Amino acid sequence: MCLGIPGKITEIYEKDSLRMGKLDFGGVTKEVCLAYVSEAQVGDYALIHVGFAISLMDEDEAIETLKLIKEVAEFSEEAGFENP
Amino acid sequence: MKFREEYRDPARVKSLLAEISSIVTQPWTLMEICGGQTHAFLQHGLDDMLPRQIELIHGPGCPVCVTPLEQIDRAIAIAARPEVIFTSYGDMLRVPGTGRDLFSVRAQGGDVRVVYSPLDAVKLAEANPEKQVVFFAIGFETTAPANAMAVLQAQQKKIKNFSVLVSHVCVPPAMHAILGSKANRVQAFLAAGHVCAVMGYWEYLPIAGKYHVPIVVTGFEPVDLLRGVIATVRQLEAVKAKVENAYERVVTLKGNESAQKVINTVFQPVDRKWRGIGTIPQSGLGLRPGFAPFDAESRFDVGEILTQESPLCIAGEILQGLKKPQQCTAFGMACTPQTPLGAPMVSAEGTCAAYYRYHRGV
Repeated sequence: MCLGIPGKITEIYEKDSLRMGKLDFGGVTKEVCLAYVSEAQVGDYALIHVGFAISLMDEDEAIETLKLIKEVAEFSEEAGFENP
Repeated sequence: MKFREEYRDPARVKSLLAEISSIVTQPWTLMEICGGQTHAFLQHGLDDMLPRQIELIHGPGCPVCVTPLEQIDRAIAIAARPEVIFTSYGDMLRVPGTGRDLFSVRAQGGDVRVVYSPLDAVKLAEANPEKQVVFFAIGFETTAPANAMAVLQAQQKKIKNFSVLVSHVCVPPAMHAILGSKANRVQAFLAAGHVCAVMGYWEYLPIAGKYHVPIVVTGFEPVDLLRGVIATVRQLEAVKAKVENAYERVVTLKGNESAQKVINTVFQPVDRKWRGIGTIPQSGLGLRPGFAPFDAESRFDVGEILTQESPLCIAGEILQGLKKPQQCTAFGMACTPQTPLGAPMVSAEGTCAAYYRYHRGV
C-alpha cells in the first residue's frame, strides 16, 4: 500500500467535479485523480497511490540527489574504499 | 522508466554501500517503519549487503497487519450480508479473521470485490442503487486522502447506499509507543517516505527531540533506502538526533497541505487498537460526526464480535520488532502465504511474507 509509482501526466480534465488525469507508467496508461496536485501540468511526473497523485516529483531535487551520489562515488574511489 | 531506473542503478548502489562501510564504527539498530520498505530491503538483498554492525528492526508499518481482528471479523460479517457489495484493497482478502477470511466469504457467494481506488467503490454504489456498497478504509496517512475523498464524493453526490468501515492508523503515535516501551532497542528511524509525502515531516521534530533519535525520511528504491541508512548512521556516529529528509524529490517539510486539509475535514484522531500490539491512544483516524451517516459500523448491526487469534502466531512480537520471523515455530511450516496464521504472512507489506518470499530463514 505504501508502494507508490511515478507516472507522467499526459492529459488533465475534470470529471464529476474532480480534477483527473491520464498518466503514463512506462507504457501503461491509467486514469488518476489529481485533486491533490492542483499545480500539476501535462508533462509533470507524479507519485501515485491507490489512484491518487499525492506528490509531484521534483526534477531539480532528483538531479541534485543523483549529483550527490556521484560525489560520494568519486570520493570513495579516490579514497580507495572497497565494498566488503 | 524515469524516476525509477536511476534509483536502481547497480553502480550507484555499490558506491553507497561502500560509503556506509566507511563510516560505521559500531553496532546500530535502525527501524524502518514502513512494510513497503521492509520488502524493498529484502527484495533487493540490501539487508544482506549492509555491514554486519547495522541491524534492521522491522516496524509495524503494515496497515493490513495492524488492522484489529475485530475489524476483520466485522468486515467478514458485513460482507456476508446478501444486500452488501463489500469492496477492499486487494491485500485484505486473505487476512485471517477468527474463523475465515474475506476471500472465503466470496467463495461462499458473498459479493466481495477488490478495488484499486476508493473512488471505484463510490462508482459501484452509483451503479448498484439497490445494493449497499461498503468500502474497507484502511491504511496509514498515505491512503487517508484517497479514502477521505471517496467519503466527500459520496456526500456531495448524495449517495445513500455507500459507507466506509474505517480502520486508519497514524505513524507518529506508533513511534512514541515503540520508543516509550521498556523493551525498545531502536536507536534511529527510517521514516516512511510516502506517509511523509502526504503529511510532511514536521510531526517528527518533537519525537526526535524527546527521545534523542535520528529520524530520516527515506524512499523505497535501493538508492533511496541506502541514502536513508547513510544519513542515519552519520547522525548516530556523530551523536546527533535530528529529523532529516533523504527523499527530497518527493517529500517536503510541510507535506501536501491540500491532502491534509481534506483528511482533517473528513477524519479526526481516535484511539485505535493495533493488532498484536494493543490500543495506542489517538493513533487512528475515525469519521467526524458530520460524516457519521457514512460509518458502516453504525449502519450494520453485526452483533457481538468475539475474536480469537491463532495461538501459534507471534505477529505482535514481529510487528513490534521484538522477534524476527525465523524465531516463530510456525514460520514456513504451519504458516505460509498459502496457509497464513496471521496478517504479516499475508500482506504484501508484511514482514513474514517478505522473509518467506525472499528466502530469509526458511
